[in-house]
Amino acid sequence: MAMLSVDHLSISFGGLAAVYNFSMEIEKGALYGLIGPNGAGKTTVFNLLTGVYQPKEGIIRLDGQDITGLPPARISHAGIARTFQNIRLFQGLSVIDNVKVGLHESFPYGTLAGVLRLPSYRKQEKAIDDRATELLKIFDLDGQRDLLAANLPYGAQRKLEIARAIATKPKLLLLDEPAAGMNPGETTELMNTIRLIREEFDLTILLIEHDMQLVSGICEELTVLNFGRMLAQGRTKDVLKDPEVIRAYLGE
Amino acid sequence: MLKTIGKKYGFYIVIVLFWLLMTLLGNAGMLTSHFSSLLVPMTYYAIAAVALNLCVGILGELSIGHAGFMCIGAFSGAIFSLLTKEVLPGGLRFFLAFVVGIAFAALFGFLIGIPVLRLKGDYLAIVTLAFGEIIKNVLQAVYLGVDAQGVHLSLDMTTFRMEPDGLTLIKGAQGVSGTPRNSSFTVGIIVLLLTLFLVHHLMDSRDGRAIMAIRDNRIAAEATGIHVTRYKMLAFTISAAIAGAAGVLFSHNVTTMTNISNYFNYNASIMLLVYVVLGGIGNINGSVIAAMILYLLPELMRGLNRYRMLIYAIVLILMMLVNWAPGVQERRRRLKAFLKTRLTRAGKEA
Repeated sequence: MAMLSVDHLSISFGGLAAVYNFSMEIEKGALYGLIGPNGAGKTTVFNLLTGVYQPKEGIIRLDGQDITGLPPARISHAGIARTFQNIRLFQGLSVIDNVKVGLHESFPYGTLAGVLRLPSYRKQEKAIDDRATELLKIFDLDGQRDLLAANLPYGAQRKLEIARAIATKPKLLLLDEPAAGMNPGETTELMNTIRLIREEFDLTILLIEHDMQLVSGICEELTVLNFGRMLAQGRTKDVLKDPEVIRAYLGE
Repeated sequence: MLKTIGKKYGFYIVIVLFWLLMTLLGNAGMLTSHFSSLLVPMTYYAIAAVALNLCVGILGELSIGHAGFMCIGAFSGAIFSLLTKEVLPGGLRFFLAFVVGIAFAALFGFLIGIPVLRLKGDYLAIVTLAFGEIIKNVLQAVYLGVDAQGVHLSLDMTTFRMEPDGLTLIKGAQGVSGTPRNSSFTVGIIVLLLTLFLVHHLMDSRDGRAIMAIRDNRIAAEATGIHVTRYKMLAFTISAAIAGAAGVLFSHNVTTMTNISNYFNYNASIMLLVYVVLGGIGNINGSVIAAMILYLLPELMRGLNRYRMLIYAIVLILMMLVNWAPGVQERRRRLKAFLKTRLTRAGKEA
């Protein structure tokens, strides 16, 4: 069964069909790309999948479970985590606390236990700290654990966002332009990290990207959006050769 | 080990030392009666400032109605004490008055939070301001009493008829009188310490991280699985509850609450906000220091009469600069680093 199955999804804003009749299936463990020119509706698809927007039509199923119309927090609990195109970290919190927020649901001791420092607090906070440190190590951020997230360099902020997303134990990870603003060297490093976390955390990954080096490098399958409609769908090699796709990207 | 204790509980120790100093000076008769009378208010304003900072600095929602929650705590605590004056021993009664005052303030915080926390920024500030004023004005107009026939509640003096043996609790604009004077500097300091303990521990737990995550980025917090409404309500309710505790201290200090609009109008809420801003938004300990200094200052300068508000204004500006101006912050940081290296060097040589 597919990890994510989207069926005829549509949403419009004031008469403009931002996404129209969008369908896709992502198999478990796949690395799937969503590409398209600026304004094609890629981020809108992410916002629909994560409950930021409610679709006008269509059904979204995650691992067989219907998650259409659920609020964002519930969708996160169901197993979708995401990063944002314009980085959204908790800037006033330290690097490690950003990851700890991601572990919120996994270690649910109560308010009273937290305030009175009951044994369940001590035990679970210890586990939270260990787990968060582990995650920071994977992204090579453990050296900056007590730094304010706002003071991290740009590339590290992108990595921290991914670390925070993975902390929620997702089945499906959505990455919104993870390589934006990175140089070719950093992009290569990012590709390796993405491959690594897919193995390590048994993830299915859907990513939006403009960087063709990254897309052709790691995505196994692609969907191309243009003006809210699907232009092409299939194996990366075939899609990138599609004349329609080339025209959408490069013009006539 | 000693260092971590110092870092964590240093401020508590400073407060205890301050309490000790004031108590010793008081016992030695070295404090004027005017100064002694300022000590209790100083503690409840510090507590109320911490409550407001939890709302403004930690939750990130600007409330200008916190005097209203203080007002609810003050009235409900006072009424409880009046009702049980004959029945319960002083200490237990005062403790239960806190429980009642905190519970009522928390209940109102919860109820007001339901509509208010749907709003953002300026709108939230305006609506909390309105609620604060409503609470104050209703309590200023209401008549409440109990007698053999039961509870009497009225907004009109002429229809408020009590049996001769009845006990009038709230007498309209004349407010509540006869509340036992249970508040003392020691009790105030204990409540302040408990408040700090509660807020610090809350901040350093999963709930606190969730609350601050919502403050920093609501959309990301939701996407990370944080139940935004729940944690906003939690923080707002706790904040109101703490303000209620400050109110209980207030009513058991002044004993007669007439003309309450002087104490609980929007000026009072703004004053609390001034304490919070100058102490540092999100800096809990800073609120305590700012509240204590800024409460004492104009009172102590009464002798200067004409100039005291001028000096107060200058102090406000100076504190603003010290806390917020980037240049001064940078210099403070350097001074701190310099002292640190000096101290460690001195430590090594010794």
